[in-house]
Amino acid sequence: MKKNKGKKLDFKDKIKKGLLNTIQYIIILSIILLSIWYLFPDKTNSSLNISGKYGLEMMSIFPAVLILMGLADVWIPKSFINKYLGDKSGLRGIIIAVILGTLPTGPLYIAFPIAAELLRKKAKISNVMIFLGVWASLKIPQISVEIKFLGIKFAVLRFILTLAALIIIGNLIELIITKKEKQEVLN
Amino acid sequence: MIALIINISAFSLLFFTVIKDKQKAQKSLKQALVKFVNLLPMMILIIIMIGLILGFIPPEVIRNYLGSDSNIIEIIAASLFGAITMIPSLVALPLAGSLIEAGASYTPVTAFITTLTMVGFVTLPIELKELGKKMTILRNVFAFLFAIIISLLIGLLI
Repeated sequence: MKKNKGKKLDFKDKIKKGLLNTIQYIIILSIILLSIWYLFPDKTNSSLNISGKYGLEMMSIFPAVLILMGLADVWIPKSFINKYLGDKSGLRGIIIAVILGTLPTGPLYIAFPIAAELLRKKAKISNVMIFLGVWASLKIPQISVEIKFLGIKFAVLRFILTLAALIIIGNLIELIITKKEKQEVLN
Repeated sequence: MIALIINISAFSLLFFTVIKDKQKAQKSLKQALVKFVNLLPMMILIIIMIGLILGFIPPEVIRNYLGSDSNIIEIIAASLFGAITMIPSLVALPLAGSLIEAGASYTPVTAFITTLTMVGFVTLPIELKELGKKMTILRNVFAFLFAIIISLLIGLLI
């Protein structure tokens, strides 16, 4: 019971902090906008119309994207990634690295410790690099926002080109890093 | 269309989670709410910025500075900007879309998005600690170079 209460407070604090931050931004932006509006009323009005349009478009997709990320956090434990991205080589290893990277899980900084752990477990350097790159650049929630604001053709092209680049980068790094250096990193 | 697909999949997965495990559902919603509140200031800032860019900067000016498909200085500048800034990609993508709408070409915008996500100046300390100097430098330098190649190819293909 006590533990539960502590968790709740933590949640409330985070929300409070975020909202306070938001209010600060709104106050500062309002002052800036008011002074711009005073100088250029017509242009500012049309700017605000455009902002409103974009705001609505963002709100049509962001809550769903964030819910997907929240769900991924509770359903996909980190151990899952560790288990499946072991020392699988060849095409299978690449495919697994890509699938695990695109899952709607957390920000990049939590991927680095996972990557280090994978290397310690003797996963291939190339696959770990592909996993990191896909995690950073080709996540499913981000891609859905990309399709909405930049078009499906752009999103598909960028996905294919980025994936190809990541596979090349992964293999280049694998070639350059010697076994001895890999050991040094891990120790 | 894509908004509809994402909304349907998010809410049906949420519905499924509520049935399976109420606590998990609650936890995931709390996390989503915290993420939303954390994203909110940046989101408002970007929304206002988009309005001001489209409302105030004439398309010719944007075309002049971000309109080229092959100007290598423009592309490198966009890549550097993406590498050092720390805008969450969720809000950077609408900003990128608005720049295209305002007359920018796909090449510098792609360079910006690619380095924003793949090159991490801000996360460099964590990456150095976890992966060591050589791997970190190689990964970021290659990502930067390939961002330029990817953006040039997108400019050609789109």
